[in-house]
Amino acid sequence: MIEIVSNDRCIACDICVRVCPANVFDPVRKKPPRIARQTDCQTCFLCEIYCPTDALYVAPCAEGPTGITEAQVEAAGFFGSYSRALGWQRGKPDGSDKDPTYNIRTAPR
Amino acid sequence: MPTLRQLIRQQRGADTLDLVADVLVIGGGPAACWAAIAATEAGARVVVVDKGYLGTSGATAPSNTGTWFVAPGAGREAAIERRQQLNGGLAVPRWVDRTLDMAWRRLHTLAEWGYKFPNDDSGKPYLTNLRGPDYMAFMRRRLSRAGIAILDHHPALELLRESGVIAGAAGIDRQRNRPWRVRAGAVVLATGGCAFGERMLGATGLTGDGYLMAAEAGATMSGMEFSAQYACAPKQTSLNKGVPFVWASYYREDGTRLDTVNKERYVVVARALLEGPVWAQFDRGIPELTPWLRQGQPNCFLPHDRAGVDPFTQRFPVVLRCEGTVRGVGGIKLMADDCSTGIPGLYAAGDAASRERLTGAITGGGGPNSSWAIASGNWAGLAAAQFAAREVGAIGDRKVTAIGGAGLRPAVAARQDANAADVLQTVRDEFLPLERNFFRREATLRQSLERLDRTWCEVRDHLPGEGIDAVKSREAASLTATSRWAYASALARAESRGMQRRLDLPAADPAFMCRFETSGLDHIQVTRSDVMDTAVA
Repeated sequence: MIEIVSNDRCIACDICVRVCPANVFDPVRKKPPRIARQTDCQTCFLCEIYCPTDALYVAPCAEGPTGITEAQVEAAGFFGSYSRALGWQRGKPDGSDKDPTYNIRTAPR
Repeated sequence: MPTLRQLIRQQRGADTLDLVADVLVIGGGPAACWAAIAATEAGARVVVVDKGYLGTSGATAPSNTGTWFVAPGAGREAAIERRQQLNGGLAVPRWVDRTLDMAWRRLHTLAEWGYKFPNDDSGKPYLTNLRGPDYMAFMRRRLSRAGIAILDHHPALELLRESGVIAGAAGIDRQRNRPWRVRAGAVVLATGGCAFGERMLGATGLTGDGYLMAAEAGATMSGMEFSAQYACAPKQTSLNKGVPFVWASYYREDGTRLDTVNKERYVVVARALLEGPVWAQFDRGIPELTPWLRQGQPNCFLPHDRAGVDPFTQRFPVVLRCEGTVRGVGGIKLMADDCSTGIPGLYAAGDAASRERLTGAITGGGGPNSSWAIASGNWAGLAAAQFAAREVGAIGDRKVTAIGGAGLRPAVAARQDANAADVLQTVRDEFLPLERNFFRREATLRQSLERLDRTWCEVRDHLPGEGIDAVKSREAASLTATSRWAYASALARAESRGMQRRLDLPAADPAFMCRFETSGLDHIQVTRSDVMDTAVA
């Protein structure tokens, strides 16, 4: 589930408020959005990749919050890790032309 | 005449949003996008409303999906024939062919529009795969460029009708707590399948809303017994992505390996899970596969990376997640090639529609469903535009009636102790467990149906649906209705076929080479129909 909106990284653009398909965020004037409906999160990680400043962290546990802290996420280098793996840049799509999945589909089973 | 987008801006400060369009598309996944584009190409003014955000909503956006992409000719005939051996005899080759045909054409269109497909080793664009987040972001830009009005976070709650013809829908803007109404010459339901409250990628909006709205208008469902598709996921995660698991070995708690050779591996895993924990490890692939999987399916590795586990050399616990009719089959029965539903003005596309004619009794997960979304979206969008163009008189002059029931307008009296969260939990309890849904028996099906029928009566009679709360109430009503159709048809199909696994009737019975159609809300009717139906253009 969504667990962290980093105060240090967030620029209060509210893109995550718009793009979250489960509507978990509420905007806060001139401040980072609030995680208002955490248990509605479907753990799809898409808010992370749409965030232009890698300020969001979704823990892989879909069944409840884990209590991980911003310092832990920062130390582990997890902010933006999914974006980087896809090749998205500052919240914008990129990298689909480098997807090697065609190799997977023909690999011996 | 102002554009729809200008009208939306003009009404920004109003208490309600009230629009008139030629075609209203409900949904935000690929089928909705293609329907909107096809309708626009046919000259219609189109509004798309989505419960979430068009670009991240639905099962495709968080996934990396194959497409069923087969060139016309002898190779295609062979591909259709190969699948016909697997699908329990319930697919219709003509429908498979026309789906492949439309997907073939439109995937080429996507390449022409500039979607960044990768090149394969021979340097040719590889159109057999679409990366979900990129594909859906690309489709959103295409819709915007085509002038299509997109309303995000505008869940549809009910259809509007005038003299037996569907004439739009109404709902709520859940971020501004403001009602909306769109009167339209035709409506396309592209609301996706039903995941029955399972916690997995893309499932949040997939609560069967379109099925309920269609049923309230009098439409029929088909193939609802094929709603027992499950996929492996690392325990507690949302990652029901099957690709890496193709190369997994499975182990019991004591370390013994499960024998999956020449068996349906998820059936083996399901049986083992009923006895105790199951662990997996991606240890069956060639070495090159590791970087391909990591780069090609990066979300599948987020749980492992973030937990510090190397899934190629270490075991991790797994569960099976219920994929309902998302990777299952059932949905709104289409009455003809144009995706009409038998209700004038109402069309269905994507997972909202039954995919039996394409996939028979087995899953269309991945390529087939992805190509189906493209094909059915295009058919439905075009037909809806043509229907709207034939309508006589101004749409804005129509006297429409809202036809939503359960979860919106309690039949008896709203009761504050009736709440949507309890209903959701009941549906989860009855529909997700392996011992109830993956493996079915007459006794457990009847038991679940009795409880779900009682729940339906509670919802219909007492569940309040005011303001923003109506969204969850309607979801609760939709989930309850859908689970009852699924189990009622599972009882009628007194055999095992494809993903319907009846422990009490483990063999396929030639007498059941037929479809089961379900209809009705308070009293569910299940009727048989022929496989080679007479759906015509």
